Amino acid sequence: MRHILSVLVENEPGVLSRVSGLFSGRGFNIETLNVAPTLEDGVSIMTITTIGDEQIIEQIIKQLRKLVTVIKVVDLTEVKNVEREMMLLKVAAEEGKRAEILRIVDVFRCKVVDVGFDELTIEVTGTQDKLTALINLMQRFGIKETARTGAVAMRRSMQ
Amino acid sequence: MELTGAQILLESLGREGVDVIFGFPGGAVIDIYHQIPNYPNLKHVLVRHEQGAIHMADGYARATGKVGVCLVTSGPGATNTVTGIATAYMDSIPVVIITGQVPTPLIGNDAFQEVDIVGITRPCTKHNYLVKDITKLAKTIKEAFFLAQSGRPGPVLVDLPKDVQQQRCVFNYPKKVALRGYNPHYDPNVKQVRKVAELLCKAKHPVIYAGGGVISSSASKDLTKLAQTYNIPVTATLMGLGCFPGDDPLWLGMLGMHGTFAANHSISNADLILAVGARFDDRVTGKLSEFASKATMVHIDIDPTSIQKNVRVDVPIVADCRLFMEALNREMADVAQQKDACVPKDKWLAQITEWKTKHPLKYKPAAKGGPIKPQSVVEAIYKITKGDCIISTEVGQNQMWAAQFFNYKKPRTLLTSGGLGTMGFGFPAAIGAQAAFPEKLVIDVAGDGSIQMCIQELATAVCYNLPVKIVILNNGYLGMVRQWQELFYDKNYCSTCLDVAPDFVKLAEAYGAAGFRVTEAKDLDATLKKAFATPKACIVEVVVDPEENVYPMVPAGKSITEMILV
Ligand SMILES: Cc1ncc(C[n+]2csc(CCOP(=O)(O)OP(=O)(O)O)c2C)c(N)n1
Repeated sequence: MRHILSVLVENEPGVLSRVSGLFSGRGFNIETLNVAPTLEDGVSIMTITTIGDEQIIEQIIKQLRKLVTVIKVVDLTEVKNVEREMMLLKVAAEEGKRAEILRIVDVFRCKVVDVGFDELTIEVTGTQDKLTALINLMQRFGIKETARTGAVAMRRSMQ
Repeated sequence: MELTGAQILLESLGREGVDVIFGFPGGAVIDIYHQIPNYPNLKHVLVRHEQGAIHMADGYARATGKVGVCLVTSGPGATNTVTGIATAYMDSIPVVIITGQVPTPLIGNDAFQEVDIVGITRPCTKHNYLVKDITKLAKTIKEAFFLAQSGRPGPVLVDLPKDVQQQRCVFNYPKKVALRGYNPHYDPNVKQVRKVAELLCKAKHPVIYAGGGVISSSASKDLTKLAQTYNIPVTATLMGLGCFPGDDPLWLGMLGMHGTFAANHSISNADLILAVGARFDDRVTGKLSEFASKATMVHIDIDPTSIQKNVRVDVPIVADCRLFMEALNREMADVAQQKDACVPKDKWLAQITEWKTKHPLKYKPAAKGGPIKPQSVVEAIYKITKGDCIISTEVGQNQMWAAQFFNYKKPRTLLTSGGLGTMGFGFPAAIGAQAAFPEKLVIDVAGDGSIQMCIQELATAVCYNLPVKIVILNNGYLGMVRQWQELFYDKNYCSTCLDVAPDFVKLAEAYGAAGFRVTEAKDLDATLKKAFATPKACIVEVVVDPEENVYPMVPAGKSITEMILV
């Protein structure tokens, strides 16, 4: 099953490689990984999505907790959570196709952030499903490039 | 008062009670070496190879329970320690490794003798540091020692750039360590302990399966008390040998691939297993699905990642093994009193005695005039010393025979590379132990292959009057690999015959040590006695039966009761 782990870490050199090295060294798989500072000085948060059976996920969580620079690990899959990912998608957009692309952008509530002669760059935020759906729709125009952040996630407030 | 980084390091080692460091100099640590003569309470042992330094620090730690320390230069000095760091990591041994590093402005520039040792050792240290800021040096050393010996112990590396060693700052050694992400859990859950006591009382066929954690947490006294009070038989891993008296009737012997018939069959027939400070290594369990398949599994470990890793556990307990054992002894007294329903274990013990008498550890004795059996050498060492010595081993058949044919009675009397199986470990480890206990008899049981991996440390032993005894079981082969080739690879002895060997007696003498050779069984005892009485480092080369194998043996991947017996 896919799990979303929220990992609070000391923001110091090497911390990312400690975490990613743990995954590679033990044969675990990282699907997406996202890191950025938090409001607290010297502390960063990583959101890691990974796939594995319960026993593997349990090992991953315990092994992460064992790292000295890891402050806290939460498996968000076990609670109600908000999950979002951001993607930039550059799609071919010749004259005749533009209007339709813009219609889709509208329906998906995403934004055009850059316009070229024959291409548009779209910013989209949402769940994995939404991103996949947009990719599927845009495929027929020709997707030139994508860049994705990987999931970020949080526990829901009211539950 | 302001001190240089080098002085701060040495002052800090003093605060940690370090009395000896094992090291080898170089440009990147010359500032530290420059200061060493000013710290007369700190003895420095100059080794001949950095692998020797780390194994000595490790052997010192295993023998004493204290933190072992080694000091090496950057680049090649640092990389030479990696095998030893991994060895200590796998066996959870507390060591602190200080490596020199190129000056901070040069880091990342492929400078002369630069290597990213923090990156290289990340997967084989408990934690590691690159100290770029002199004001953090004292705190880092404090943390390194704290991490190395708390929780599940392990190696911690501190990489110290040359310019930081030269900078100055006020020395202030912190009293306490605060690490938000590191809070080992020591106290066992009270309800769980109660549950274990009740299970133990009810069990008809209980077995204690003890590992290295029992030794590192000093739990062996409490474990022995529990076993002896309630008649529970005990088996141990290679790392656990010595945690329970090897001459006690409840002792089953080691379990696993080269374990005893009684130990492996007890595990397989047990209805309750108390796994204490052991991690279910594949050399122990054999085929996992058949390991202890009839038993309720109780597992105590300080490291949560050890629990449920390989084996399903019914009662998981994250705790310090000693605290757990103390609590369990208290709880047992209570439970056993309340319910005289405690099942008597006589039948179980009778069954075990039968297994033990039917299938003891044995070997075919030497034919008349035939070559000496290696097992008999280990037996002779035991007989002569009465077990009162520290044994270290190399890796291979010698290691297994040293495990099988010697009754370890006390913790920290067997020093062996269990997890990594590092050839070349035993001799430097013995030097480390001897440095800690100059008066004790320390014997490295060696193979002719392994001993050649760190043989240069003979110079170190001689130089510091460390009278380590090396007993080489010379079979002319990389014996353990040859054994596998014989049994599972059509006797294709590819690259396991050591055709050219040094004359070990002359080699010992060349280094200023004493050398003895034994080729006939009748001379064995007398020569060993003479060597053990010699007040300097010795090699005793015993020419043994080249084709002798280690039995029992469980072929890899088979259930532990599918044993090849002698
Ligand atoms: C550094 C290292 N290299 C290779 C091995 C693989 N290995 C395991 S046992 C063994 C043979 C050891 O031979 P020897 O030291 O002569 O001991 P014996 O088995 O003959 O007692 C080898 C090569 C190892 N354990 N460690």
